[in-house]
Amino acid sequence: MKTKLQKFKESYFFYSFKRDRVAMASFIVLVIFLLMAITAPWISSMNPYDAENIDIMNSEIPPMWMADGSPEFILGTDNMGRDMLSTMFYGLRTSIIIGLGAVALQAFIGIVLGLSAGYMGGKTDAILMRIADIQFSFPYLIMAIFIAAIFQVAFGVGSYERLAVPLLTIIIGLSNWPIFARTIRASVMGEKNKEYVEAARVIGFPRFTIMFRHVLPNSLTSVMVIFTIQVASAVQSEAALSFLGFGMPVTRPSLGSLIRAGQEYIFSGSWWITIFPGLWLVIFVLVINLLGDWLRDVLNPKLYKG
Amino acid sequence: MFAFIIRRTLQALVVMLIISLVGFAIKNKIGDPVRDLVGERVTPEEREQIANDMGLNDPFLIQYARFVKQAVKGDLGRSFLYNKPALEVIVKHAPATIELLIGSALIIILVSLPLGVYSALKPRSLLSRFTMSFSTLGVSMPVFFTAILLIYLFAVNLQVLPSYGRGETVDLFGNGYWNTGFLTVDGLKHLILPCISLSSIMLPLFIRLIRSEMMEVLETEYIKYAWAKGLSPRRIWLIHAFKNTLLPVVTVFGVQMGLTFAFTILTELVFQWQGMGFMFLEAVQRADTSLLVAYLVVVGSVFVLVNTIVDILYGFINPTVRIAGTR
Repeated sequence: MKTKLQKFKESYFFYSFKRDRVAMASFIVLVIFLLMAITAPWISSMNPYDAENIDIMNSEIPPMWMADGSPEFILGTDNMGRDMLSTMFYGLRTSIIIGLGAVALQAFIGIVLGLSAGYMGGKTDAILMRIADIQFSFPYLIMAIFIAAIFQVAFGVGSYERLAVPLLTIIIGLSNWPIFARTIRASVMGEKNKEYVEAARVIGFPRFTIMFRHVLPNSLTSVMVIFTIQVASAVQSEAALSFLGFGMPVTRPSLGSLIRAGQEYIFSGSWWITIFPGLWLVIFVLVINLLGDWLRDVLNPKLYKG
Repeated sequence: MFAFIIRRTLQALVVMLIISLVGFAIKNKIGDPVRDLVGERVTPEEREQIANDMGLNDPFLIQYARFVKQAVKGDLGRSFLYNKPALEVIVKHAPATIELLIGSALIIILVSLPLGVYSALKPRSLLSRFTMSFSTLGVSMPVFFTAILLIYLFAVNLQVLPSYGRGETVDLFGNGYWNTGFLTVDGLKHLILPCISLSSIMLPLFIRLIRSEMMEVLETEYIKYAWAKGLSPRRIWLIHAFKNTLLPVVTVFGVQMGLTFAFTILTELVFQWQGMGFMFLEAVQRADTSLLVAYLVVVGSVFVLVNTIVDILYGFINPTVRIAGTR
């Protein structure tokens, strides 16, 4: 009997991971980023969300290696006197929470609809896929911006900012689910006529059980690849929405709203307020994309070409 | 084919219906048409009177029908921010956005075609490998961050290019509707940075696409036959292979221009570019619901119209689309 760990170590998946230096490096960087996000309250020198810790006299201090820098603030401070590094830890945390939540919502909607469409076929399939087609014909970012704009006008800026995290999750979740639905449907169509599904049907399992317990697990490979790439895209969408002013307020910034807040300060020479969060975001999205590319090559599912 | 056109048109109508319902709901449930008209300085009785006169207390369906009837006639309400009909405001802001799109489309075409073809023909050369490794980085760069970096480099540090606005423009038709920046040196200078930022996100995608399509075509039988015939490499590459790479590329180009339109909103914000996106953000911030609704309806309709026409044209070219649509 082999343990699961041993099995994993001998698998092709792990073998190709060990051989691909880019994938390994990206994975390590990603883990570091995730650790930073999880431990943000403990590793940052101050809590940027708490107004008591903020001293406006400390605003716009450059990074510590520059002339006026202070070792207290490694990457300098922003326009409100918050330590950049701590703010970036917290911002990353917010971005990741929203990104993962949004993709989980996308995956949930996409899987339920795609699975029903693929397994049931007929009218259900036609209607559900037509809805997905229609939404697909609008770019996801336009959908997200429109929904965000409507929400903001409907809730008013104040309550929108208070509810920003759940609202952003819902907005990004709703704007980009069709890709999951299409992918899952395509692989379900391939699975549903196989013998094990027929066997399950003959035994008399209810349709729901067959769909979710038998067909779904066998169609998940392609979802994994999309999931990775979608997290990158969701984090980017969140940043874009926050940058446009439809996102996290400046008092509880995500990476996007940090870039927005620092944008005008590049003209007065305080480039670090906007450049550091920007690079942070780029590196984070880049490693997810690189891992996604690698996963796609290894698992090689037949992806829906969008 | 006829059935396909009918089905596609019906679908477009359904989508338009949904868009108009959403627009109507925002306008009447969220916005305050009375305030849009007379502002805050009226008594509640006068307010009620005006609401009655405007038909705001009529049943839902009657109000909705009125909204659609006016929208079809081109009346999408008045923007209180500009104190002009909302449609006129949008039409006046459209050229700035369209010029941004044209500029970045030109950059995409001029850069991605040569680079894509080159990296397909010489996949091992230094330039190709450089291009390929940078394309993943390019995809991961948000448009607004590219824009900020460009501003910091070229406008703040080197001070060679302007960082905001459209610069000097020329009234193209003499009626004030289309002010173009393409005809003056200053206008062109103002176009450079926004267009580069906007094209930066699509470039990697197109270089990769052109490269992979071209490589696929180069493997086909008819190219081998062309080599066997002894045609010159240039003729094979440019006339035989390149032509057949173009169809999928053009299709994707059409789809991606839609996404690029979404990115213009971000670009316009960074560069304070007075286009539709900038106007839209202003409308949201100042809660100008009429303008917001007009924007949603106009952009939504343009998308539906373009998508429908493209689908129908595609149905003519590629019959499998028509059959797949039946299900």
